[in-house]
Amino acid sequence: MLIPVLLGVAFIIFAIMDVADGDPVYQVAGPDATEEQLVVLREEMGLNGSLVERYFKYILKLLKGDLGTSYISKMDVMQLYMQRLPYTLKLAFLAMVVAVAISVPLGIVAAINQNTIKDTIAMILALIGLSMPNFWLGLLLMLLFSLKLGWLPSGGAEGFASVILPAVTVGVGLAALLTRTTRSSMLDVLRQDYLRTARAKGVSEHRVVYHHALRNALIPIITIFGVQFSNVLGGSVLAETVFAWPGVGRLVVDAIGQRDIPTVTGALIMTTMLVTIVNLVVDIVYAFVDPRIKAQYTK
Amino acid sequence: MAEASNKNEIRASKLYKKRSSLEMVWRQLRKNKGALLGLFLLIIIIIGALIAPFIYDYKTDVIGMNVRQRMQWPSLQHICGTDDLGRDIFARIVYGARYSLAVGFIAVIIALIVGTALGATAGYIGGVFENVVMRICDIFSSIPSVLMAIAVVSALGKSTLNLMLAVGISSTAPFVRVARAAVLMVRGEEYVEAACAIGQPGWKTVIVHILPNCVSQIIVQATLRVGSAIISAAQLSFLGLGVPAPAPEWGSMLSAGRLYIRDYSYMTLFPGIAIMITVLALNLLGDGLRDALDPKLKR
Repeated sequence: MLIPVLLGVAFIIFAIMDVADGDPVYQVAGPDATEEQLVVLREEMGLNGSLVERYFKYILKLLKGDLGTSYISKMDVMQLYMQRLPYTLKLAFLAMVVAVAISVPLGIVAAINQNTIKDTIAMILALIGLSMPNFWLGLLLMLLFSLKLGWLPSGGAEGFASVILPAVTVGVGLAALLTRTTRSSMLDVLRQDYLRTARAKGVSEHRVVYHHALRNALIPIITIFGVQFSNVLGGSVLAETVFAWPGVGRLVVDAIGQRDIPTVTGALIMTTMLVTIVNLVVDIVYAFVDPRIKAQYTK
Repeated sequence: MAEASNKNEIRASKLYKKRSSLEMVWRQLRKNKGALLGLFLLIIIIIGALIAPFIYDYKTDVIGMNVRQRMQWPSLQHICGTDDLGRDIFARIVYGARYSLAVGFIAVIIALIVGTALGATAGYIGGVFENVVMRICDIFSSIPSVLMAIAVVSALGKSTLNLMLAVGISSTAPFVRVARAAVLMVRGEEYVEAACAIGQPGWKTVIVHILPNCVSQIIVQATLRVGSAIISAAQLSFLGLGVPAPAPEWGSMLSAGRLYIRDYSYMTLFPGIAIMITVLALNLLGDGLRDALDPKLKR
């Protein structure tokens, strides 16, 4: 199922960007080019033939790791993308760490204190986090921690300090959603009979919650995690713009500003593939968390 | 099942005054303080957006420059201060609600119509068509929605309508899923079979007999989606891909304010608060509606 989806993703992006492209030959050739130069250039750039024909050529090249050449920097798009990808992955990873560090404890506290003031406060926080545009939160954080207090850099990618604010920016939005999931998932589990059994046989409340309940509650949380990975990458586009973080998101935004279509197409296709593959990995992670799923496969 | 609920209704109507389902929802909603707060805020915002043209003159108050008044901190005269061109930020925020709400609602209406139609047809017809639609749905969900919207806007060009289309397209997939699930749930029911047996055309069966089953889910989904659509639109405008200047869109106001964040932080503060309150209102209302329409989900 993975391959058709990937091909479909590539086709949709390719088709959309094809509309955006117009006739890039003029852009590349400059105003003084003769008609013959244009014809040659069009051939060189692989712009002849129908959409489908060009798509298949593109895919064949993609399989060899070739995403074409940027109109602006004349660099290999794959190389450009690979330069930026580690920054985005670092940001995404730390954002997820931030999200888990906030949301899992908050969700558990809310669930075990259901319908108390603690629960209400946790849920209000989650709702505010969910309603806040991420990039605005980023601007506020920047204002407070770098411009007013001067604790952290407001942009760039030098050292660990500069990744903190972007990671918190992206992480908080995800945390809001995960808190709600953790809470409802814990509530589901806490009502089950096996927990009553555990308590009845004298297991400490702490162990009931963190050992017996949490492990079962983790499954929906991991699902949301996989689904949200695409949003983390999306959110990082904005955070990267706010904090001048040199990741893939900035690459795409800058490339759109310069109408550098091969870079946009290549980066979008690669990012989507990444999301799809991460979702596959999440499915595999289930097996480790949930022995029941693993048992199904070994049978 | 239909018969049983009919009997119940008859019994109920003898004991109580008969209530319409709208009334029932309202009675449930009234108990939920959060939802009422959300509804109240939303009504105020909508009224503000509707009467804005009667209070402010678009040409002079909203987009007209007034250099002598530029960069004034919030005061009684300008409660949110003025921007770099001397425009009153409060007037622009009130007027901006027209853009944000219009983009949010219209984008979701586009997504709702297209998504529900596709999902219901897919569920009803089944087979290859269903498979293709659902796989396309998978594809769209694996493209980060911000990137998808960026791609669509850069393909179609910058305009308010294209912004609505871009945000609409990137939020279609959830509606497809909800509608399809609703259809699958009742497709085998006797009353659907009966409708087929009396020779009712398929589309009529779907609209009259099947879709009413998922109206509540679609309403909830739509309310929550308007909030995220408003955020997406603000994100795109922030990146310079949304409503073109000088229109007072909240995202582009943030983008302009960002340049002066160090010394004139109020310019970044107020448009963000406007977005947050609007989205918060929609989320509160959406959560409340979900609890009111589907008590099973309530925790």
